[in-house]
Amino acid sequence: MKVAITSTGNTLESKLDQRFGRCAFFVIYDTETGGTEFIPNPNKDALNGAGPASVQIVASRNVSKIISGEFGIKIKSLLDSLKIQMIVIKDTEKTIQDTINMLNQ
Amino acid sequence: MSPRPTRLRKVSNPPVISGFKPYGGKTKSGRAEAVFLHFEEYEAVRLCDHESLNHHQASVIMDVSRPTLTRIYARARQKIADALVTGKQIIIEGGKIYFDSEWFVCNTCGCYFNNPFKQEEISECPLCKGKKISNYDKVTYETEEHVINKNRKHESSHHQHGKHSGKQA
Repeated sequence: MKVAITSTGNTLESKLDQRFGRCAFFVIYDTETGGTEFIPNPNKDALNGAGPASVQIVASRNVSKIISGEFGIKIKSLLDSLKIQMIVIKDTEKTIQDTINMLNQ
Repeated sequence: MSPRPTRLRKVSNPPVISGFKPYGGKTKSGRAEAVFLHFEEYEAVRLCDHESLNHHQASVIMDVSRPTLTRIYARARQKIADALVTGKQIIIEGGKIYFDSEWFVCNTCGCYFNNPFKQEEISECPLCKGKKISNYDKVTYETEEHVINKNRKHESSHHQHGKHSGKQA
């Protein structure tokens, strides 16, 4: 199973990005192999439509869960129809490594 | 003066089929002859007739006003009657809607998550595997009741940002 996490940087020590559509990096974490992949987000500075474009990037990797700080109103209905689970973490101090550790508990 | 924008209607589940086709007799079953029943109209019929709710209860579930729900419902019956009498097929599509899933809070790690697989029960937090989870919607509905009575405008802004952050408010 693959999980997407929004990240502010491209290391495991980076903090979780509080925005989904305009986050700096997407981390695709594979719970079976334990591998991580960092994808830079091309929609980082997009004026509009960043959310749906980001959903496309993430959905093309076949993820089943997305962890972020906030999801926009356009994205919720989109992810609902794609049957991707949204997980919202309000704690801004969490790093990517912390989040992965929690998933592996 | 331009009219107020249409409020998004909340539909809990997409219908199990995408329409109905007539059979026998002189039926008109082309797409050009079809009646297009919107998702919101399907939902209104489901709530009012299948679930036997009154219009006020149904309007709260669909997140529109009571008169709006009555209008949606009246239009639905008009369309269904038209299809039945003239032998047209019914296609369920369109409408200004969004599908909503249930949201939960984990009391162990404090995260929020939804359940996109509506038929399956969720018993543990997807993040920390904690068993202490509670339904988030029930918490907000109680507070929203008061907000609706006090200030209609505040209630709509509460709804847009409110799914995750509204609890603190």
